[in-house]
Amino acid sequence: MVLAGVLFSLGLIGLLVRRNLIFVLMSLEVLLNSAGLAFVVAGSRWHQADGQIMFLFILAMAAAEVAVGLALVLRIYHRFTSLDVDAISEMRG
Amino acid sequence: MELTFYVTGAVAIVSTILMLTRLNLVHALLYLIVTMLALAVEFLVLGAPFAAALEAIVYAGAIMVLFLFVVMMLNIGRHAADSERRWLTRGIWIGPVILAGILVIEVAYAAGVASPGLGTAATGPKEVGIALFGPYAIGVALASMLLMAGLVGAYHLGLRKSELPEKRHDTVADEGRVGPGGSLVLAGTDRSPRTT
Repeated sequence: MVLAGVLFSLGLIGLLVRRNLIFVLMSLEVLLNSAGLAFVVAGSRWHQADGQIMFLFILAMAAAEVAVGLALVLRIYHRFTSLDVDAISEMRG
Repeated sequence: MELTFYVTGAVAIVSTILMLTRLNLVHALLYLIVTMLALAVEFLVLGAPFAAALEAIVYAGAIMVLFLFVVMMLNIGRHAADSERRWLTRGIWIGPVILAGILVIEVAYAAGVASPGLGTAATGPKEVGIALFGPYAIGVALASMLLMAGLVGAYHLGLRKSELPEKRHDTVADEGRVGPGGSLVLAGTDRSPRTT
């Protein structure tokens, strides 16, 4: 559980620090992995299969999120020719 | 087995830190693959072999290939050949190879030891499958709907205005399981000329 916490905080730091969109996506992967690790640890602690099932759902969700995220990255790169998240913060609301 | 658990955790943390401090995308991808493999070994040690296999196949295989596709597609025009020659120097491989070698040694050691799992019985694929299609059948249906929406969304986003749709065809079809309907925001914004 401590390992899951450390990985989660590392992913969060990466998410906040790096300014490259692909690094942001990779940090999201680390975050989802740490959550899945916490589920698996809990499932193996109580000898239940539920932890692995939740990990499967997290896996499916991560695959979905990464595919759409990378498609968006391609669109953004073709439009702005940059992957800096500060450069594309022109959405005013 | 305790030792294996802690060493694998240390490998995962170290490779994650190294991933975050790289400046080059491909180097960071290498370290991310090592992180995924370390987590797969961790699941194996924890007595979840099905989750370990899925982690290695889906994350370290499919998702990393998707990342690699995007990195390759982004680098087409900028600096193609000379930058690759600069990336592929000898020293790059040392870090990931050392960390992955530690993982391989651990797996060999764990295969030698008789009982898998951290002192507990492993929860095999059979139990997971029975529970997955028993009480969790509604979750499976929801996940499949999410993946279908993601497939359509990524296809829509990748197809628009790019005159080479076959590459996106390849990546999306290779994945087969893709992401949520984030494209609803943009849906139909490019179709207006045809409707008028």
